[in-house]
Amino acid sequence: MSDTGIGASVRRREDVRFITGSGRYTDDINQPGQTYAVFLRSPHARAKISAVDSSAALAVNGVHAVLTGQDMAADGLGDLPCGWLVKQKDGSDMVSAPHPPLAHTVANYVGEPYGIVIAETLAAAREAAELVMTEFDELEPIVDLTGARGADQIHEGVSGNLAYDWELGEKAATEAALAGAAHVTRIDLTNNRLIPNAMEPRAALGVYESATGEHTLYTTSQNPHLERLILSAFVQVAPEHKLRVVAPDVGGGFGSKIFVYAEETAVIWAARKVGRPVKWTADRSESFLADAHGRDHVTHAELGLDADGRFVALKVQTTANLGAYLSTFGSSVPTYLYGTLLAGQYATPNIYVEVAGVYTNTAPVDAYRGAGRPEATYVVERIVETAARELGRDPAELRRLNMIRPDQFPYETPVALVYDTGDYEASLDRALEHVDYAGFPARRAASEAAGRKRGIGFACYIEACGLAPSQLAIQLGAGVGLYESGEIRVNPTGNVTVFTGSHSHGQGHETTFAQVVSDKFGIPFEDVEIVHGDTGRVEFGLGTYGSRSLAVGGSALVSAADKLIAKGRKIAAHMLEADVDAVEFSDGQFLVRDSNQALSFGEVAFAAYVPTNYPTDLEPGFSEKAFYDPENFTYPAGTHIAEVEVDPATGVVTLVNFVAVDDFGHVINPMIVDGQVHGGVAQGAGQALLEHGIYDDFGQLVTGSYMDYCMPRADDVPDFLVDTTVTPCTHNPLGVKGCGEAGAIGSPAAIMNAVTDAVGDNGLSMPATPEKVWRALHG
Amino acid sequence: MNGVQVSTTVNGDVEEFVCHPGETLLEVLRNRLGLTGAKEGCGTGDCGACSVIVDGQLVCSCLVLGAEVEGRKVATVEGLADGNRLHPLQDKFLEHAALQCGICTPGFLVAAKALLDDNPDPTEEEIRYALAGNLCRCTGYDKIVRAVDAAAAELRKSSKKKASGRKK
Repeated sequence: MSDTGIGASVRRREDVRFITGSGRYTDDINQPGQTYAVFLRSPHARAKISAVDSSAALAVNGVHAVLTGQDMAADGLGDLPCGWLVKQKDGSDMVSAPHPPLAHTVANYVGEPYGIVIAETLAAAREAAELVMTEFDELEPIVDLTGARGADQIHEGVSGNLAYDWELGEKAATEAALAGAAHVTRIDLTNNRLIPNAMEPRAALGVYESATGEHTLYTTSQNPHLERLILSAFVQVAPEHKLRVVAPDVGGGFGSKIFVYAEETAVIWAARKVGRPVKWTADRSESFLADAHGRDHVTHAELGLDADGRFVALKVQTTANLGAYLSTFGSSVPTYLYGTLLAGQYATPNIYVEVAGVYTNTAPVDAYRGAGRPEATYVVERIVETAARELGRDPAELRRLNMIRPDQFPYETPVALVYDTGDYEASLDRALEHVDYAGFPARRAASEAAGRKRGIGFACYIEACGLAPSQLAIQLGAGVGLYESGEIRVNPTGNVTVFTGSHSHGQGHETTFAQVVSDKFGIPFEDVEIVHGDTGRVEFGLGTYGSRSLAVGGSALVSAADKLIAKGRKIAAHMLEADVDAVEFSDGQFLVRDSNQALSFGEVAFAAYVPTNYPTDLEPGFSEKAFYDPENFTYPAGTHIAEVEVDPATGVVTLVNFVAVDDFGHVINPMIVDGQVHGGVAQGAGQALLEHGIYDDFGQLVTGSYMDYCMPRADDVPDFLVDTTVTPCTHNPLGVKGCGEAGAIGSPAAIMNAVTDAVGDNGLSMPATPEKVWRALHG
Repeated sequence: MNGVQVSTTVNGDVEEFVCHPGETLLEVLRNRLGLTGAKEGCGTGDCGACSVIVDGQLVCSCLVLGAEVEGRKVATVEGLADGNRLHPLQDKFLEHAALQCGICTPGFLVAAKALLDDNPDPTEEEIRYALAGNLCRCTGYDKIVRAVDAAAAELRKSSKKKASGRKK
């Protein structure tokens, strides 16, 4: 292994600009003649918009325009689409309510935008927004998830506020197996609503050139090409070839920046309307109100076990809050990204899941780090832990007994997935060793002696990453393909510019992808530049979400590199007067087998651009592109173990130890992978112990600031012990699986299992705040 | 609205600017002085992304008015490196990959600088407590804490060297 190749902990090259304050995020970009936008937002959870009077606002000095949802509709802009069509139990399509970017007749959640004020300065725009007089006719909001189905209808034509009633698996067989089980464990769980809170608020800067008709949108997106596609094909803001979307440095996403939102749509439209660049940056309150939220499930589950403790059936019934509208991928999260994962790591023969996707007068709910998979893991791992307690079995050993064994792969689950490979016991054993499971009773005794309670909890999770293949996903309702593009342009001097459709907003692709490409070509790491995040430079892409970048985007780069090597061999064969089949490529050299004749990668690249001695049947140039469409998902899996201490006097839970042993397949940069796990675990710890997005009965968000929504801070989390085991993915060229979400998927269940181990179950729900834990202990 | 004329020192350079009375130091730094290292993450002093040091004191620049820095010394992330030579904190953040998306990083570096100026040998608990005013959503803080600890050790080593050099 070289110092910079695959497997090396290379320092992240993007960091130099970030640590010196010279990163270039959307809000750091300014344009000559720029104006500023402030959005008009509904203060009500549900209200008719009867009249908008902007006369006083327009009189403010420096105000250019007050544009409303009516204006946008009059301009013929379309609705924001939901990109995944879920089929219901009866075969009918889900019921997708129209989602205009700016509301024009009814507002359906607090913070929903219905207009945009454009002014010379931000202060003027703010002042004017305050002066817009809007008449609302308030309607009774539907806020409570469990009551929503029996309540008044939010959207016309959506009976019972039900977007879909979906199922997966064999119902009759599962129920029969449960009826015949020696023991049935039943649980009721809520998966708390989370607010993503990327530290960079969303922002957009729209520029329109009237002379050419070109629109440029700088925005905080995880997938600029998808943004462009939706804005042109569905919303019809501008034709695709006249719209360039640039997602420069982006300050975290966690899913919340996948989606196409009202604000960037309105900004680019308004830039054309007013003929000036328009800039908008969310303040944190807007992020809380109007970024898509995550999770928010209520679930009943039943697990049947035979007399030996083997799982015979799992039945899961979930009500999922989708919010007021179906966000870009909102429909897929509680269905195909959730129900399909309910086998977990276990050979449970019968599984059935039904999910009711419900509209409420709250912010739309969509993918947030893990997206469906943390919810599935929470169900499986909480019920397994509960079963172990009910039966007096060791929770680790009950899991081990039920795990799919390495000789069972490929393993087809009862919920539509085929796991390609894994060794779940290997991760479990390593994690037990790291956590010193044998020493836990002594640690517990020591805590008890100090007046504290101690608990240990497990989560043996599996996830499915790199959604694929495209044809299957489209059959299941996906509105786009799920491949990724990559282009490698070798310059005449032999260095390389790589264009990827993946987007980095913290993942470190500029480093990892350069490691892959330099390793492949045997050229210096420094000779490889990675370009991403600009539809004007990168041909196409589907962006970064679902831990897919390396498995899908990285594989596209390998395909493009292979094409270049194949072409290089032809060029070298001609130049060295050898047979193509006799030319091999190794360590940056094209070599004629069994000879000392060789050409370097740089020499071949130069020859391709200065073709003096060159094959007549070959095009000049040394550049190739590839679209990589995976055959299957990848299946990262592992064991997370949490250990907590609880102060019974205060109910404060301290996370004292966290071990994560993950199988991500091959690892390109271990230092980056460790960091991805750390961050995911901290987010999971936030979900388990601190974070909860709460609406009151009027649909007002009562956790709309950092004073009310408790984010994990440096003193809330311990040092993490992270390690990996490796079973390479069988179907992509790098043997990689993806590591971005594992931390957030495994940790909530592990931590809640630890907390309930310490204080007893008592219906304790996430987040296990001091108050709830104290009540669980003291009734 | 009348402007306020302000004369101050930013990263050792004298700066003169005119700002509105209600304009925050963060807005002045970003919009008038072109120093975009400090970021607005919340605007309420809860996230620390806008951290700068004013007369040796760590502050959230979103909560300080531009007019308040008249005659004071402001230090931002842009002044941390000595030309092309990175500050040991920057070096250690790089070595440990103590950042991911980078948006909160300037704030963490400045807060860590303020900590180490005050306490050159902090315990892990002291580091975590001192950085608890800064939110990071990417890293889980693990590598940040380790990087600050390593930078503190590095700084102690070099200050020892300097001190022994002076004795000679």
